[in-house]
Amino acid sequence: MDTATAPARTALLSLRGVNKSFGAVNALTDIDLDVSAGEVVAIVGDNGAGKSTLVKVLAGVHQANSGSISFDGSEVQIADPSAAIGLGIATVFQDLALCENLNVVENLFLGQELAPMRLDEVGMEVKSWELLRQLSAKIPTVRIPIASLSGGQRQTVAIARSLLGDPRVIILDEPTAALGVAQTAEVLDLIERLRQRGLGVVMISHNMEDVRAVADRIVVLRLGRNNGEFDAHTVSSENVVAAITGATDNVVTRRRDRLQDRATADSEPAGPVKEETR
Amino acid sequence: MSLLSQSPETRNEQAKPKSPVATAAPRKINLNAMMVEGRALIALLLIVIVFASLSPHYLSPDNLIIMTRHVAMNAILAIGMLMVILNGGIDLSVGSTVGLSGVVAGMLLDGLQISSLNVLAYPSVWVVILISLAVGTLVGYVNGVLVSRLNVAPFVATLGMLYIARGIALLITNGTPFSNLRGDEALGNTGFLAFLKAAPLGLPMPVWAMIGFAAAFAILLNKAPFGRWLYATGGNERAAELSGVPIKRVQTRVYVLSGLCAAAVGLLLTGDLSSATPRAGEFFELNAIAAVVIGGAALSGGRGTIRGTLIGAFVIGFLVDGLVLIGVSQFWQQIIKGAVIIVAVALDQMQQRLQQRRAAKAALASSSGPDPAPAAAQP
Repeated sequence: MDTATAPARTALLSLRGVNKSFGAVNALTDIDLDVSAGEVVAIVGDNGAGKSTLVKVLAGVHQANSGSISFDGSEVQIADPSAAIGLGIATVFQDLALCENLNVVENLFLGQELAPMRLDEVGMEVKSWELLRQLSAKIPTVRIPIASLSGGQRQTVAIARSLLGDPRVIILDEPTAALGVAQTAEVLDLIERLRQRGLGVVMISHNMEDVRAVADRIVVLRLGRNNGEFDAHTVSSENVVAAITGATDNVVTRRRDRLQDRATADSEPAGPVKEETR
Repeated sequence: MSLLSQSPETRNEQAKPKSPVATAAPRKINLNAMMVEGRALIALLLIVIVFASLSPHYLSPDNLIIMTRHVAMNAILAIGMLMVILNGGIDLSVGSTVGLSGVVAGMLLDGLQISSLNVLAYPSVWVVILISLAVGTLVGYVNGVLVSRLNVAPFVATLGMLYIARGIALLITNGTPFSNLRGDEALGNTGFLAFLKAAPLGLPMPVWAMIGFAAAFAILLNKAPFGRWLYATGGNERAAELSGVPIKRVQTRVYVLSGLCAAAVGLLLTGDLSSATPRAGEFFELNAIAAVVIGGAALSGGRGTIRGTLIGAFVIGFLVDGLVLIGVSQFWQQIIKGAVIIVAVALDQMQQRLQQRRAAKAALASSSGPDPAPAAAQP
């Protein structure tokens, strides 16, 4: 297993030996994770591998039982969601957490309205356009209710909102899971723009193609433990799949071997994880 | 097999031709929003036209003022109710709060017996008014704490307070009204009724109160962060919470505001009746809810306006008074009022479904839409 070593750059966010259990169930065991500025780290794993729990620990929704989290060189505690935001860790949850009855500006500034005496609508609208332009967002107008936007546009608004507090690390939980082909490409473009801006990006995904398209490093979780770390540009899909499923001999490889045995020239992608055929 | 390789072409294909639909979407929605309120306004105009043609007195200035005075009390209650309904709750206790706050005012004017000090206190009129408002606010606060902190369903919590507040009002009065509200020159507590019966510029005090409450609450809803948070909690509570909105505080506060509105109506009603009866305000909560709903608010929360609610209150008030004026039997009045409420909400639902379908279509069209021309799109 060609496990990559820790990145050469000093990590912005770094986890060492993080444990989280719910009663008798160990959701996370001795998790290590490093995220540097200007780097996209993909976290992949099967259902129940601990991806969502890890996101929630980083976002402050859950607290780690033990282990250390350091941010920008100093050890930190993430007690609640506002503590995470205060540190500069922004999270975009899978359901995006937008209010459909409010418009784009109202959603962007919800809970952090510009209001010296009363709501500064002009100021908020100007800042909204600024943010959306930085992301080259395709939103026709900022006074449109979220209910009228497409999935990709909603994802863009959710990401723009997370950028409002000038975070240094942004966590995206399944950013492409609910999107079509074109919208997925838009979001992947967006992730690359975040990297160009020097943010550390943590991306949770089920989709190997999306991961390989934008990630720099792939961190595999399996049954709540680290199970390999790969350079996304060089690793082959089999190796990642093997790490996800836990072995080279598993239902995915057996199925592929069986199909190849049938002497078909073009083997088809199989199993829960899509693969590229070569 | 790579899905990704297809995406650039797909995007380019769809990019240009759809642009008019995408930019037209917001305008359509504004039109819809106008129609939601417009429907209630059309109903109001119809009511006025029908009754004006049936009775020559309907549109006389005197009758208009009398009707508006009736509308005003319900409108103030409805404004408070709107706050609660925007949050996704309901406040059934407002009618009882009306009775309780009136009775408290009557009790204070009659002389407050403090037995431990052996003193009979006569607070001045302003203190009486403030204490009465505070009592209503307290009832609202109890509702708010029950709902937000103890997670009692709003329907149940406020139903309980409906009985409790009414019971306290009956206990205070022993079932008989306070009818001596004149006060005494010697005690310096006169002027209570004079104040409530005053009519500056020809408009009765309840109408002035309605204007004041409507203006204050419109500013609160549209210009203050609290209003934004209220719409957000009604729309998606979890999203509001994750955004840092203090959802528990917002929830408590809407019931407090509703209680304050109810207490104000209690005082106005006491002035109207020239006596404080413990049974005052029974079933007022139902008219208030009807006004909010006719005004286009969603009982599920997150949608509704002060303007719509005011129109809703006028629809109910002008309808009922018109029926009385042309001599329709009280039994038929009930049936007609019920039918109007049901038709209003049914139409609203139809419109919502239409709007959602249009929004979905617009979203589909703009999803792979053009690069933004923000400068052009800005108003």
